[in-house]
Amino acid sequence: MKKATYKTLALTASLLAAVVAPGHAAEEGGEAHHAIEHQTWSFGGFTGQFDKAQLQRGFQVYKEVCSACHGLKHLSFRNLAEPGGPEFPEASVKALAAEWPNRITDGPDDSGKMFERPAKLSDPILGPYKNDKEARAAQNGALPPDLSLIAKARSVHNEAFWPKHVLLMARDIVKGYQEGGPDYIYALMTGYKEPPAGVTVAEGMHYNVAFPSKQLAMPPPLADDVVAYEDGTPTKVANYAQDVSAFLAWAADPSLNARKRIGWQVLLYLLITTTLLYFAKKRIWSKIGH
Amino acid sequence: MANHESTYEPKSAVAKWFDERLPVARLMHGQFVDFPTPRNLNYLWTFGGILTFCLAAQILTGVVLAMHYQPSATGAFDSIEHIRRNVNYGWMIRNMHAVGASMFFIAVYAHIFRGLYYGSYKAPREVLWIIGVLIFLVMMATAFMGYTLPWGQMSFWGATVITNLFSSLDGIVSGLGTAIVEWLWGGYSVSGTTLNRFFSLHYLLPFVIAGLVVLHIWALHVAGQNNPAGLDIKTKSDSVPMHPYATSKDAVGLFAFLLLFAWFVFFLPDYLGHSDNYIEANPLVTPPHIVPEWYFLPFYAILRAIPSKLGGVIAMFGSIVVLVFVPWLDTSRVRSAKYRPIFKWFFWFFVFTCLALGYLGAMPAEGVYVFWARIFTVLYFAFFLLAMPIIGIIETPKRLPQSITESVLGGGKSGVAAGATSAPERR
Repeated sequence: MKKATYKTLALTASLLAAVVAPGHAAEEGGEAHHAIEHQTWSFGGFTGQFDKAQLQRGFQVYKEVCSACHGLKHLSFRNLAEPGGPEFPEASVKALAAEWPNRITDGPDDSGKMFERPAKLSDPILGPYKNDKEARAAQNGALPPDLSLIAKARSVHNEAFWPKHVLLMARDIVKGYQEGGPDYIYALMTGYKEPPAGVTVAEGMHYNVAFPSKQLAMPPPLADDVVAYEDGTPTKVANYAQDVSAFLAWAADPSLNARKRIGWQVLLYLLITTTLLYFAKKRIWSKIGH
Repeated sequence: MANHESTYEPKSAVAKWFDERLPVARLMHGQFVDFPTPRNLNYLWTFGGILTFCLAAQILTGVVLAMHYQPSATGAFDSIEHIRRNVNYGWMIRNMHAVGASMFFIAVYAHIFRGLYYGSYKAPREVLWIIGVLIFLVMMATAFMGYTLPWGQMSFWGATVITNLFSSLDGIVSGLGTAIVEWLWGGYSVSGTTLNRFFSLHYLLPFVIAGLVVLHIWALHVAGQNNPAGLDIKTKSDSVPMHPYATSKDAVGLFAFLLLFAWFVFFLPDYLGHSDNYIEANPLVTPPHIVPEWYFLPFYAILRAIPSKLGGVIAMFGSIVVLVFVPWLDTSRVRSAKYRPIFKWFFWFFVFTCLALGYLGAMPAEGVYVFWARIFTVLYFAFFLLAMPIIGIIETPKRLPQSITESVLGGGKSGVAAGATSAPERR
């Protein structure tokens, strides 16, 4: 019993040492993969929460830049006013919905015809295209994906060869790393570079070091000073990229704040109960030799 | 243990009246309260209770999810998002169910490896073990179909790859495999029809598992529990009543396990899944790497290690079916690896083999990975087909304690005779 405990402790300690020891998944990128750096996020790890001001700025970037091509169909306008998100005042979200250029197709009306109307709080945040075909026709064959889940649908892959692979895995579990999506989006937003010598970029494509095939149809969406921030945050590409990545992380996981808050309460309860049960068990078993 | 008499005494007139007509309380008391449990069980024996909890939790969360889920090709993906975003605490129920599947497998693997290490499959527990293998198989089928339901890219392509395995039967009888695959799909490709029937079966199979679990526990209570010493209960001092001894230990094990469970549900809900499953299923776009859930990876590695498709399928199913024969493949008369100096090493190497296969299953099937997958596939089967029978014959086991009591209290302090009057009776 005691011996087993020491063994477990030793194992845990060596595992922790391996985890804490510097090692960056980013450095491990294979030849084909660009190293995607882990960023620092307010909502990262297991204590992180979204930064309301950042989400508001991120939405501004989405609205003024991304929404020209991309929708957020799994989000409703009302979500923008709900707790744990950008928390815009409801009145301004109502106004925003009413002015949203991509209107809602409704109907049929009494004459049997479909009609368009302005969006309400309960309506989804639509992109400019009615369907994928229309999008491709307008975008030279490329399809701008819906962004509601993009931060969950992308991640940073652990490319390390084992046994380092296993150690990085353990590190991610211990640190509660779930921010691969925003890390990737940030890398993509800031990854537009001049193609290296010898690489020919296909017509209508753009060179980006973070994109898996290095060439993507989306032109660089951000440039310094394209969005006018009102809170004094520098209007640089890096700031825009940070903010819009954070906003998309929220869009994909709007319950994150509540999840982590409840998570700590649950863990605390379980920790106390486990301890009590352990001492109860010790007491019960103390009556007999074991 | 089968002849163990319940000491149940009805405490009220109603209870007495009921006991004379349907002695359920008597049965439960006899099997789960005063049932004799070996006094030397360690925490690895708490996984049985943990697994029962996992099954109950999956059924409970699953029933709630089914109230909001739409099993159709056009509605499934959106309905999961509806659950995550609009249903009250839907995100929590969904995380518990998705993470719960992984936790179920963590527990079942701990349970199976424990059985292998301590020889829990040996006489008289062969039927108990085989029912366990059946439960494992049905669990795998349930998990596989469950993973299809969110209708993401990995759902769709995972289902396509795995159902297509049956087409390899064309190599035996021409047209047979294709016919089976089309029958499974309900069409000529994986479609909404397939999703619909997978949902139906995914809801049904957990209840089949529950039935098998009843048989598993029944068989367990006929033979009695194995234990770290691998000895039978011979005297009264070898055992303690299940309650409060085993139950108090089970409770600690379960809550410690729940800590891990909660860690993933609340802080790493998507860690055990694949990010591609947040992209809606698209039959026209194949993901670059199709990988199954982590708990299938060792078997997936075995499947891909064999150059022929039919051979791969046979090897993969064989890697599970071989477990059925373990009680007869192991020729040693000693149950517990604690007293088996050679087998012990082979056991740990087998654990390593399974982990290595898991890693290789996650890697692309190319180059050096295929080479190592082949080596470890051979080692996997060699453990069962060569190591188990041969070691049992050539190995000299360590001296076994006279009794469970001696293994706990040590030979000096207590022999069988002293143990016979020892503690449990004094409680």
